[in-house]
Amino acid sequence: MNYITLDYWDLASAAALLLINAGLSIVFQLGLARRLVIAAARMVVQLTMVGLVLKALFAVQSPWLTILVALAMVLFAGREAIARQERTFTGYWSYGIGTASMCVAALIVTLYAVTTQFEARSWFDPRYAIPLLGMILGNTMNGVSLCLDRLLSSAHAERIAIEARLALGADARTALSSVSRQAMRAGMLPTVNAMAATGLVSLPGMMTGQILAGVEPVEAVKYQILIMFLIGGGTALGVFAAIQFASKRLTDARHRLRLDRLTVKN
Amino acid sequence: MLQVENLSCRNLAPVSFTVDAGESVAVTGASGAGKSLLLRSLADLDPNDGEIFLDGRARSAMPAPAWRRRVVYVPAESGWWADHVGPHFDDRDAAAGFLHRLQLPAECMEWPVARLSTGERQRLALVRAMVLAPTVMLLDEPTSGLDHETTLRVEGVLHERLTGAAAIIFVSHDKAQADRFGRRRLHIEDGVIEEVPTEPRRS
Repeated sequence: MNYITLDYWDLASAAALLLINAGLSIVFQLGLARRLVIAAARMVVQLTMVGLVLKALFAVQSPWLTILVALAMVLFAGREAIARQERTFTGYWSYGIGTASMCVAALIVTLYAVTTQFEARSWFDPRYAIPLLGMILGNTMNGVSLCLDRLLSSAHAERIAIEARLALGADARTALSSVSRQAMRAGMLPTVNAMAATGLVSLPGMMTGQILAGVEPVEAVKYQILIMFLIGGGTALGVFAAIQFASKRLTDARHRLRLDRLTVKN
Repeated sequence: MLQVENLSCRNLAPVSFTVDAGESVAVTGASGAGKSLLLRSLADLDPNDGEIFLDGRARSAMPAPAWRRRVVYVPAESGWWADHVGPHFDDRDAAAGFLHRLQLPAECMEWPVARLSTGERQRLALVRAMVLAPTVMLLDEPTSGLDHETTLRVEGVLHERLTGAAAIIFVSHDKAQADRFGRRRLHIEDGVIEEVPTEPRRS
């Protein structure tokens, strides 16, 4: 494979584009300048660290280290998933439910992929397991986050309708069915949209990355198709798990709607 | 028939009382005193302590949905989960008779919920509950949006439930209604519930 390596000047010149964002923020008083700087700095630091970690990880090839890194990724994803929600469960429930549903989905799909489609030397080969997990996790995180956000805000907004069903003797699952359906749709729609628009509207990052690295376009496309399926499966599993966990917590054994277990953030 | 023992909930002090078949109990008190909370606790919609027996069967021994079909709560603000009226009724034939008596046309099942007036919502919510043929009805201001004539019609229909051996516990801000329709009266003040003796009446 032959590709053009980037030097630091290349990166610095690209970073200059951020000045456009900063300028807009200042001129139109968007109040984003500070956040922008922090986000850009985070991106650089996080990616650099990931690069170093992956380099070390590839060199070592240890199942335990792979698991450790995977776990750390899931935990961070759990935090990010709930970071921007309007309403969350009180205490550790919010973090726990987000993380647990992603953990279930992303790990299942990644293991499935590594053991079946990729004839990796071993399931823990970090060169396959970690990038796959990363891509699946990123999308699952979005799905779970949107789904939980929608579920909790709809449950709050539609309290009267939900309790009307409960009061007439519906069980918790039936009473929540309309809001959980909305929430599952909200969680899965971006993935469906992404699949539909891929190739026409957007060229997916992974495929373009492979092409830039010198891979045959058709081979890169095959990879991308596989990834899209994995992402679709992961998101669906994650959204499903999130709905199960969250509706359990949103109601109790006596089939009551427990909005007192929610809290408003920000 | 309904036997409430040490029921308490958030800021409701423990209360015990019994309601017999055919009895209607008015719940009165200032706004925020806990009238709705009492009804919600009876229906087990809010976490609460204490025990309730219905015809000798303990509430805790029944699944909550089964309990709520027999002790049905009709809140002051009715909830609707579908766009049209029809899907809110499992048994439209059973509803038809009630609709007619409450001056609602049979085709109201096709109406969109968003276009219902407050009074129509209220009556439909009542019909929706009566279709279940509950043993106890917990009504939170059942006629607050209705004119006097319709109020009396609603009371007439409810009265039939009472003669059919049901019991009704209702919240009303209308003293005249509490006197007219309530055979007994529970008054709530700052979460403390007390039975107020009512003058014996010929009924």
